Amino acid sequence: MNKATENPDCQFNNFDDALKESNLFPLTSTGIEVLQINFGYLCNQTCKHCHVQAGPHRTEIISKETLESCLEILRASEIPTVDITGGAPEMNPHFEWFLKETAALQRQVMVRCNLTILLESKFEHLAQFYADQRVQVIASLPYYSKRFVDTQRGKGVFDRSIQALKKLNTLGFGDETTELLLNLVYNPAGAFLPPSQAGIEADFKRELWQRHGIRFNHLFTITNMPIGRFRDFLVKTGNYESYIQRLIAAYNPQAAAGVMCRYTLSVGWDGSLYDCDFNQILELNCNHGAPDHINEFDFEELRSRQIVTGLHCYGCTAGAGSSCGGTVVE
Amino acid sequence: METYYSPDDLVKFAEIGEDAPELWKKFSAWYGEVFQQGALSEREKALIALAVAHAVQCPYCIDAYTQASLEKGSNPEQMMEAVHVAAAIRGGASLVHGVQMRNVEKKLGAI
Repeated sequence: MNKATENPDCQFNNFDDALKESNLFPLTSTGIEVLQINFGYLCNQTCKHCHVQAGPHRTEIISKETLESCLEILRASEIPTVDITGGAPEMNPHFEWFLKETAALQRQVMVRCNLTILLESKFEHLAQFYADQRVQVIASLPYYSKRFVDTQRGKGVFDRSIQALKKLNTLGFGDETTELLLNLVYNPAGAFLPPSQAGIEADFKRELWQRHGIRFNHLFTITNMPIGRFRDFLVKTGNYESYIQRLIAAYNPQAAAGVMCRYTLSVGWDGSLYDCDFNQILELNCNHGAPDHINEFDFEELRSRQIVTGLHCYGCTAGAGSSCGGTVVE
Repeated sequence: METYYSPDDLVKFAEIGEDAPELWKKFSAWYGEVFQQGALSEREKALIALAVAHAVQCPYCIDAYTQASLEKGSNPEQMMEAVHVAAAIRGGASLVHGVQMRNVEKKLGAI
Protein backbone atom coordinates (compact mmCIF):
# COMPACT_ATOMS: atom_id res chain seq x y z
CA MET A 1 0.00 0.00 0.00
CA ASN A 2 1.53 3.31 -1.00
CA LYS A 3 1.36 6.50 1.04
CA ALA A 4 -1.31 8.09 -1.14
CA THR A 5 -3.57 5.09 -0.60
CA GLU A 6 -3.11 5.30 3.17
CA ASN A 7 -4.03 8.98 3.23
CA PRO A 8 -5.85 10.23 0.13
CA ASP A 9 -4.94 13.84 1.01
CA CYS A 10 -1.24 13.10 0.29
CA GLN A 11 -1.95 13.37 -3.43
CA PHE A 12 -2.66 17.11 -3.12
CA ASN A 13 -0.16 19.93 -3.11
CA ASN A 14 0.84 20.63 0.51
CA PHE A 15 -0.49 23.98 1.79
CA ASP A 16 2.86 24.92 3.32
CA ASP A 17 4.48 24.45 -0.10
CA ALA A 18 1.99 26.93 -1.54
CA LEU A 19 2.92 29.36 1.26
CA LYS A 20 6.61 28.87 0.50
CA GLU A 21 6.06 29.60 -3.18
CA SER A 22 4.42 32.89 -2.21
CA ASN A 23 7.04 33.75 0.45
CA LEU A 24 4.53 33.47 3.29
CA PHE A 25 6.00 30.49 5.11
CA PRO A 26 5.95 30.21 8.04
CA LEU A 27 2.55 31.87 8.36
CA THR A 28 2.51 33.81 11.62
CA SER A 29 -0.08 35.81 13.50
CA THR A 30 0.14 39.58 13.39
CA GLY A 31 -1.60 40.13 16.73
CA ILE A 32 -4.88 39.22 18.40
CA GLU A 33 -7.65 41.52 17.25
CA VAL A 34 -10.47 38.99 17.57
CA LEU A 35 -11.11 36.58 20.41
CA GLN A 36 -13.42 33.99 18.90
CA ILE A 37 -15.17 31.82 21.46
CA ASN A 38 -16.99 28.63 20.58
CA PHE A 39 -19.81 28.18 23.07
CA GLY A 40 -20.21 24.53 22.15
CA TYR A 41 -21.83 22.25 19.64
CA LEU A 42 -25.36 22.27 21.04
CA CYS A 43 -27.76 23.67 18.43
CA ASN A 44 -31.47 23.63 17.58
CA GLN A 45 -30.60 22.87 13.93
CA THR A 46 -28.68 20.12 12.13
CA CYS A 47 -27.34 21.81 9.01
CA LYS A 48 -25.98 19.77 6.15
CA HIS A 49 -22.76 21.78 5.86
CA CYS A 50 -22.06 22.48 9.54
CA HIS A 51 -18.33 22.14 10.04
CA VAL A 52 -18.69 21.57 13.79
CA GLN A 53 -21.44 18.98 13.22
CA ALA A 54 -23.65 20.73 15.74
CA GLY A 55 -27.10 19.50 16.71
CA PRO A 56 -29.69 19.18 19.48
CA HIS A 57 -28.05 16.09 20.94
CA ARG A 58 -24.52 17.46 21.31
CA THR A 59 -23.52 17.90 24.93
CA GLU A 60 -20.20 19.75 24.57
CA ILE A 61 -20.72 23.32 25.83
CA ILE A 62 -18.32 25.88 27.28
CA SER A 63 -18.19 26.13 31.11
CA LYS A 64 -18.57 29.29 33.21
CA GLU A 65 -15.01 28.73 34.46
CA THR A 66 -13.62 28.89 30.92
CA LEU A 67 -15.74 31.97 30.20
CA GLU A 68 -14.31 33.60 33.34
CA SER A 69 -10.86 32.93 31.90
CA CYS A 70 -11.92 34.61 28.65
CA LEU A 71 -13.07 37.67 30.60
CA GLU A 72 -9.74 37.80 32.45
CA ILE A 73 -7.94 37.79 29.09
CA LEU A 74 -10.15 40.62 27.85
CA ARG A 75 -9.64 42.66 31.02
CA ALA A 76 -5.86 42.22 30.79
CA SER A 77 -5.65 43.10 27.09
CA GLU A 78 -7.06 45.49 24.54
CA ILE A 79 -8.45 42.83 22.20
CA PRO A 80 -11.18 44.92 20.54
CA THR A 81 -13.55 42.26 19.22
CA VAL A 82 -15.25 39.22 20.71
CA ASP A 83 -16.76 36.81 18.19
CA ILE A 84 -19.17 34.30 19.69
CA THR A 85 -20.02 31.17 17.78
CA GLY A 86 -21.34 27.63 18.28
CA GLY A 87 -23.60 25.58 17.67
CA ALA A 88 -26.25 27.96 18.75
CA PRO A 89 -24.35 29.88 21.44
CA GLU A 90 -27.65 31.19 22.82
CA MET A 91 -28.40 27.70 24.20
CA ASN A 92 -25.49 27.89 26.63
CA PRO A 93 -26.82 28.78 30.13
CA HIS A 94 -24.01 31.33 30.67
CA PHE A 95 -24.58 33.15 27.39
CA GLU A 96 -26.44 36.24 28.58
CA TRP A 97 -24.22 36.70 31.63
CA PHE A 98 -21.11 36.55 29.45
CA LEU A 99 -22.49 39.01 26.92
CA LYS A 100 -23.30 41.55 29.61
CA GLU A 101 -19.85 41.19 31.16
CA THR A 102 -18.16 41.60 27.77
CA ALA A 103 -20.29 44.55 26.73
CA ALA A 104 -19.38 46.23 30.03
CA LEU A 105 -15.73 46.01 28.95
CA GLN A 106 -16.59 48.21 25.94
CA ARG A 107 -15.69 45.58 23.36
CA GLN A 108 -17.39 44.98 20.05
CA VAL A 109 -19.37 41.77 20.49
CA MET A 110 -20.53 39.72 17.52
CA VAL A 111 -22.83 36.76 17.82
CA ARG A 112 -23.13 34.20 15.02
CA CYS A 113 -26.84 33.51 15.14
CA ASN A 114 -28.77 30.87 13.20
CA LEU A 115 -31.91 33.11 13.39
CA THR A 116 -34.42 30.35 14.15
CA ILE A 117 -33.25 30.23 17.77
CA LEU A 118 -34.70 33.74 18.22
CA LEU A 119 -38.20 32.32 17.71
CA GLU A 120 -37.94 29.49 20.23
CA SER A 121 -40.04 30.22 23.32
CA LYS A 122 -37.10 30.01 25.72
CA PHE A 123 -35.05 32.46 23.66
CA GLU A 124 -37.56 34.83 22.08
CA HIS A 125 -36.44 37.68 24.37
CA LEU A 126 -32.91 37.56 22.92
CA ALA A 127 -33.51 39.83 19.94
CA GLN A 128 -34.34 42.67 22.34
CA PHE A 129 -31.38 41.64 24.52
CA TYR A 130 -29.09 41.94 21.48
CA ALA A 131 -30.42 45.42 20.82
CA ASP A 132 -29.94 46.45 24.47
CA GLN A 133 -26.35 45.15 24.52
CA ARG A 134 -25.53 46.64 21.07
CA VAL A 135 -24.49 43.21 19.82
CA GLN A 136 -23.58 42.83 16.16
CA VAL A 137 -25.73 39.99 14.80
CA ILE A 138 -24.14 37.85 12.13
CA ALA A 139 -26.87 35.65 10.78
CA SER A 140 -26.63 32.61 8.58
CA LEU A 141 -28.82 32.81 5.51
CA PRO A 142 -27.28 30.86 2.64
CA TYR A 143 -29.68 32.22 0.02
CA TYR A 144 -32.61 34.54 -0.51
CA SER A 145 -34.96 31.78 -1.60
CA LYS A 146 -36.51 28.90 0.26
CA ARG A 147 -35.17 26.08 -1.89
CA PHE A 148 -31.43 26.48 -1.16
CA VAL A 149 -31.94 27.38 2.49
CA ASP A 150 -34.22 24.48 3.38
CA THR A 151 -32.05 22.01 1.47
CA GLN A 152 -29.00 23.05 3.43
CA ARG A 153 -30.42 23.95 6.83
CA GLY A 154 -33.59 21.89 7.16
CA LYS A 155 -37.25 22.06 6.19
CA GLY A 156 -39.00 25.22 7.35
CA VAL A 157 -35.78 27.02 8.26
CA PHE A 158 -36.16 29.65 5.52
CA ASP A 159 -39.64 30.79 6.62
CA ARG A 160 -38.55 30.97 10.27
CA SER A 161 -35.34 32.81 9.32
CA ILE A 162 -37.40 35.42 7.46
CA GLN A 163 -39.63 35.79 10.52
CA ALA A 164 -36.57 36.28 12.76
CA LEU A 165 -35.03 38.82 10.37
CA LYS A 166 -38.26 40.82 10.41
CA LYS A 167 -38.16 40.75 14.21
CA LEU A 168 -34.58 42.09 14.17
CA ASN A 169 -35.52 44.76 11.62
CA THR A 170 -38.39 45.90 13.83
CA LEU A 171 -35.85 46.52 16.61
CA GLY A 172 -33.69 48.60 14.27
CA PHE A 173 -31.13 46.00 13.22
CA GLY A 174 -29.98 46.45 9.63
CA ASP A 175 -31.23 50.04 9.53
CA GLU A 176 -28.38 52.32 8.46
CA THR A 177 -29.72 55.11 10.63
CA THR A 178 -29.13 53.02 13.78
CA GLU A 179 -25.90 51.50 15.05
CA LEU A 180 -27.45 48.04 15.27
CA LEU A 181 -25.57 45.92 12.77
CA LEU A 182 -27.17 42.95 11.07
CA ASN A 183 -24.86 41.12 8.69
CA LEU A 184 -25.77 38.00 6.77
CA VAL A 185 -23.59 35.06 5.83
CA TYR A 186 -23.84 33.29 2.48
CA ASN A 187 -22.22 29.97 1.78
CA PRO A 188 -22.65 27.93 -1.40
CA ALA A 189 -25.37 25.28 -1.44
CA GLY A 190 -22.99 22.65 -2.80
CA ALA A 191 -19.52 21.79 -4.06
CA PHE A 192 -18.75 25.10 -5.71
CA LEU A 193 -17.02 28.32 -4.71
CA PRO A 194 -18.92 31.44 -3.62
CA PRO A 195 -19.64 34.22 -6.13
CA SER A 196 -18.34 37.76 -5.88
CA GLN A 197 -19.37 39.16 -2.50
CA ALA A 198 -20.43 42.54 -3.87
CA GLY A 199 -22.55 40.97 -6.63
CA ILE A 200 -24.42 38.51 -4.45
CA GLU A 201 -24.87 41.13 -1.71
CA ALA A 202 -26.68 43.32 -4.23
CA ASP A 203 -28.90 40.36 -5.17
CA PHE A 204 -29.70 39.61 -1.53
CA LYS A 205 -30.50 43.26 -0.78
CA ARG A 206 -32.80 43.58 -3.78
CA GLU A 207 -34.57 40.23 -3.38
CA LEU A 208 -35.00 40.29 0.42
CA TRP A 209 -36.36 43.83 0.26
CA GLN A 210 -38.71 43.20 -2.68
CA ARG A 211 -39.98 39.83 -1.49
CA HIS A 212 -40.04 40.33 2.28
CA GLY A 213 -39.29 43.98 3.10
CA ILE A 214 -36.10 42.91 4.92
CA ARG A 215 -32.97 45.05 5.18
CA PHE A 216 -29.48 44.23 6.42
CA ASN A 217 -26.06 45.88 6.46
CA HIS A 218 -23.63 43.57 4.69
CA LEU A 219 -23.41 40.08 3.27
CA PHE A 220 -20.33 37.97 3.96
CA THR A 221 -19.53 35.14 1.54
CA ILE A 222 -17.83 32.12 3.07
CA THR A 223 -16.29 29.15 1.28
CA ASN A 224 -17.44 25.73 2.45
CA MET A 225 -14.52 24.10 4.25
CA PRO A 226 -13.78 20.50 3.26
CA ILE A 227 -14.16 19.28 6.85
CA GLY A 228 -16.94 17.93 9.07
CA ARG A 229 -20.32 17.20 7.47
CA PHE A 230 -19.38 19.02 4.27
CA ARG A 231 -16.37 16.73 3.80
CA ASP A 232 -18.62 13.71 4.32
CA PHE A 233 -20.96 15.11 1.66
CA LEU A 234 -18.05 15.65 -0.77
CA VAL A 235 -16.76 12.10 -0.28
CA LYS A 236 -20.22 10.54 -0.50
CA THR A 237 -21.05 12.35 -3.74
CA GLY A 238 -17.66 11.77 -5.40
CA ASN A 239 -16.84 15.50 -5.31
CA TYR A 240 -14.02 15.50 -2.76
CA GLU A 241 -11.03 15.32 -5.09
CA SER A 242 -12.38 17.80 -7.64
CA TYR A 243 -13.38 20.25 -4.88
CA ILE A 244 -9.93 20.17 -3.30
CA GLN A 245 -8.32 20.59 -6.72
CA ARG A 246 -10.61 23.54 -7.33
CA LEU A 247 -9.54 25.18 -4.06
CA ILE A 248 -5.88 24.55 -4.84
CA ALA A 249 -6.20 25.92 -8.37
CA ALA A 250 -7.81 29.06 -6.95
CA TYR A 251 -5.03 29.64 -4.34
CA ASN A 252 -4.49 33.38 -4.04
CA PRO A 253 -1.34 34.61 -2.23
CA GLN A 254 -3.06 37.93 -1.42
CA ALA A 255 -5.84 36.05 0.33
CA ALA A 256 -3.28 33.91 2.14
CA ALA A 257 -1.54 37.03 3.42
CA GLY A 258 -4.80 38.31 4.92
CA VAL A 259 -6.36 35.15 6.38
CA MET A 260 -8.26 35.60 9.63
CA CYS A 261 -6.10 33.21 11.68
CA ARG A 262 -3.39 35.87 11.55
CA TYR A 263 -5.41 38.19 13.77
CA THR A 264 -7.79 35.78 15.52
CA LEU A 265 -7.44 33.46 18.49
CA SER A 266 -10.08 30.77 18.76
CA VAL A 267 -11.12 29.35 22.13
CA GLY A 268 -12.76 25.94 22.02
CA TRP A 269 -15.65 24.89 24.29
CA ASP A 270 -13.18 23.05 26.54
CA GLY A 271 -10.71 25.94 26.77
CA SER A 272 -8.33 24.64 24.13
CA LEU A 273 -6.75 27.31 21.94
CA TYR A 274 -6.75 27.20 18.16
CA ASP A 275 -5.75 29.41 15.27
CA CYS A 276 -9.30 29.18 13.90
CA ASP A 277 -12.64 27.49 14.41
CA PHE A 278 -11.84 25.01 11.63
CA ASN A 279 -8.64 23.83 13.31
CA GLN A 280 -10.76 23.27 16.40
CA ILE A 281 -12.83 20.66 14.64
CA LEU A 282 -9.71 18.99 13.31
CA GLU A 283 -8.22 19.09 16.86
CA LEU A 284 -5.23 21.06 15.58
CA ASN A 285 -4.44 23.11 18.69
CA CYS A 286 -2.11 26.11 18.68
CA ASN A 287 1.38 24.69 18.46
CA HIS A 288 4.92 25.58 17.45
CA GLY A 289 5.68 26.46 21.08
CA ALA A 290 2.57 28.59 21.70
CA PRO A 291 0.21 27.69 24.56
CA ASP A 292 -2.60 25.38 23.49
CA HIS A 293 -5.01 25.88 26.42
CA ILE A 294 -6.58 28.93 28.02
CA ASN A 295 -5.12 27.93 31.40
CA GLU A 296 -1.67 28.63 29.94
CA PHE A 297 -2.68 31.80 28.08
CA ASP A 298 0.29 34.05 27.33
CA PHE A 299 -0.52 37.09 25.21
CA GLU A 300 3.06 37.73 24.11
CA GLU A 301 3.62 34.16 22.95
CA LEU A 302 0.27 33.95 21.19
CA ARG A 303 0.33 37.32 19.44
CA SER A 304 3.16 36.25 17.11
CA ARG A 305 2.67 32.50 17.02
CA GLN A 306 3.18 30.32 13.98
CA ILE A 307 -0.14 29.21 12.53
CA VAL A 308 -0.92 25.50 12.34
CA THR A 309 -1.90 24.72 8.75
CA GLY A 310 -3.41 21.85 6.77
CA LEU A 311 -5.06 20.99 3.48
CA HIS A 312 -8.32 22.66 4.59
CA CYS A 313 -6.51 26.04 4.67
CA TYR A 314 -6.91 26.18 0.89
CA GLY A 315 -10.57 26.91 1.69
CA CYS A 316 -9.64 30.30 3.14
CA THR A 317 -7.18 31.21 0.40
CA ALA A 318 -9.23 30.38 -2.70
CA GLY A 319 -10.18 33.24 -5.01
CA ALA A 320 -11.01 36.38 -3.05
CA GLY A 321 -10.39 34.43 0.17
CA SER A 322 -12.79 33.50 2.93
CA SER A 323 -13.06 34.44 6.56
CA CYS A 324 -15.74 34.79 9.22
CA GLY A 325 -15.99 38.39 7.97
CA GLY A 326 -16.39 37.39 4.32
CA THR A 327 -13.87 37.80 1.53
CA VAL A 328 -10.30 38.75 2.34
CA VAL A 329 -9.33 40.52 -0.89
CA GLU A 330 -11.40 43.28 -2.50
CA MET B 1 -11.70 3.83 -25.05
CA GLU B 2 -14.99 2.90 -23.39
CA THR B 3 -16.81 6.17 -24.09
CA TYR B 4 -16.17 9.14 -26.35
CA TYR B 5 -16.79 11.59 -23.50
CA SER B 6 -15.07 11.37 -20.09
CA PRO B 7 -15.13 14.03 -17.34
CA ASP B 8 -11.39 13.47 -16.87
CA ASP B 9 -10.81 14.74 -20.40
CA LEU B 10 -11.94 18.26 -19.54
CA VAL B 11 -8.78 18.90 -17.52
CA LYS B 12 -6.73 17.66 -20.48
CA PHE B 13 -8.01 20.50 -22.65
CA ALA B 14 -4.67 22.33 -22.45
CA GLU B 15 -2.92 19.32 -23.99
CA ILE B 16 -4.45 20.47 -27.28
CA GLY B 17 -1.69 23.08 -27.24
CA GLU B 18 1.10 20.51 -27.44
CA ASP B 19 0.67 20.05 -31.17
CA ALA B 20 0.06 23.71 -32.07
CA PRO B 21 1.36 25.84 -29.18
CA GLU B 22 1.10 29.25 -30.83
CA LEU B 23 -2.49 28.74 -31.91
CA TRP B 24 -3.40 27.43 -28.43
CA LYS B 25 -1.74 30.43 -26.83
CA LYS B 26 -3.76 32.81 -28.96
CA PHE B 27 -6.98 30.88 -28.35
CA SER B 28 -6.37 30.82 -24.57
CA ALA B 29 -5.66 34.54 -24.39
CA TRP B 30 -8.74 35.38 -26.47
CA TYR B 31 -10.96 32.94 -24.55
CA GLY B 32 -9.84 34.37 -21.22
CA GLU B 33 -10.49 37.92 -22.38
CA VAL B 34 -13.95 37.05 -23.67
CA PHE B 35 -15.15 36.03 -20.21
CA GLN B 36 -13.81 39.08 -18.38
CA GLN B 37 -16.27 41.64 -17.07
CA GLY B 38 -17.05 44.09 -19.87
CA ALA B 39 -20.28 45.59 -21.18
CA LEU B 40 -21.75 42.30 -19.93
CA SER B 41 -21.09 40.99 -16.43
CA GLU B 42 -19.16 37.78 -15.82
CA ARG B 43 -22.42 36.25 -14.57
CA GLU B 44 -24.28 37.13 -17.78
CA LYS B 45 -21.45 35.75 -19.90
CA ALA B 46 -21.43 32.48 -17.96
CA LEU B 47 -25.20 32.14 -18.48
CA ILE B 48 -24.83 32.79 -22.23
CA ALA B 49 -22.06 30.17 -22.33
CA LEU B 50 -24.30 27.73 -20.46
CA ALA B 51 -27.13 28.27 -22.94
CA VAL B 52 -24.81 27.93 -25.94
CA ALA B 53 -23.30 24.79 -24.38
CA HIS B 54 -26.76 23.24 -24.47
CA ALA B 55 -27.39 24.44 -28.01
CA VAL B 56 -24.15 22.86 -29.26
CA GLN B 57 -24.65 19.95 -26.81
CA CYS B 58 -21.09 19.98 -25.47
CA PRO B 59 -20.92 17.95 -22.23
CA TYR B 60 -17.59 19.52 -21.26
CA CYS B 61 -19.03 23.00 -21.63
CA ILE B 62 -22.20 22.07 -19.73
CA ASP B 63 -20.05 20.75 -16.87
CA ALA B 64 -17.80 23.82 -16.85
CA TYR B 65 -20.51 26.47 -17.21
CA THR B 66 -22.94 24.89 -14.76
CA GLN B 67 -20.21 25.26 -12.15
CA ALA B 68 -19.19 28.70 -13.45
CA SER B 69 -22.77 29.98 -13.42
CA LEU B 70 -23.25 28.85 -9.80
CA GLU B 71 -19.93 30.43 -8.83
CA LYS B 72 -20.93 33.69 -10.50
CA GLY B 73 -24.09 33.78 -8.39
CA SER B 74 -26.78 32.38 -10.68
CA ASN B 75 -29.34 30.00 -9.21
CA PRO B 76 -30.95 26.86 -10.70
CA GLU B 77 -34.12 28.73 -11.72
CA GLN B 78 -32.14 31.30 -13.71
CA MET B 79 -29.95 28.61 -15.25
CA MET B 80 -32.94 26.53 -16.36
CA GLU B 81 -34.48 29.61 -17.98
CA ALA B 82 -31.21 30.08 -19.91
CA VAL B 83 -31.43 26.46 -21.11
CA HIS B 84 -35.01 27.11 -22.22
CA VAL B 85 -33.80 30.10 -24.24
CA ALA B 86 -31.30 27.81 -25.99
CA ALA B 87 -33.98 25.17 -26.54
CA ALA B 88 -36.45 27.77 -27.85
CA ILE B 89 -33.95 29.05 -30.37
CA ARG B 90 -33.10 25.53 -31.49
CA GLY B 91 -36.79 24.61 -31.73
CA GLY B 92 -37.65 27.89 -33.41
CA ALA B 93 -34.80 27.46 -35.88
CA SER B 94 -36.28 24.13 -36.98
CA LEU B 95 -39.80 25.45 -37.14
CA VAL B 96 -39.01 28.60 -39.09
CA HIS B 97 -37.63 26.38 -41.86
CA GLY B 98 -41.21 25.30 -42.33
CA VAL B 99 -41.49 28.51 -44.35
CA GLN B 100 -39.02 27.04 -46.83
CA MET B 101 -41.08 23.88 -46.92
CA ARG B 102 -44.16 25.91 -47.67
CA ASN B 103 -42.29 27.82 -50.40
CA VAL B 104 -41.48 24.50 -52.09
CA GLU B 105 -45.05 23.28 -51.60
CA LYS B 106 -46.35 26.47 -53.24
CA LYS B 107 -43.94 26.12 -56.15
CA LEU B 108 -45.09 22.56 -56.67
CA GLY B 109 -48.69 23.60 -56.52
CA ALA B 110 -49.39 21.48 -53.46
CA ILE B 111 -50.86 24.39 -51.48
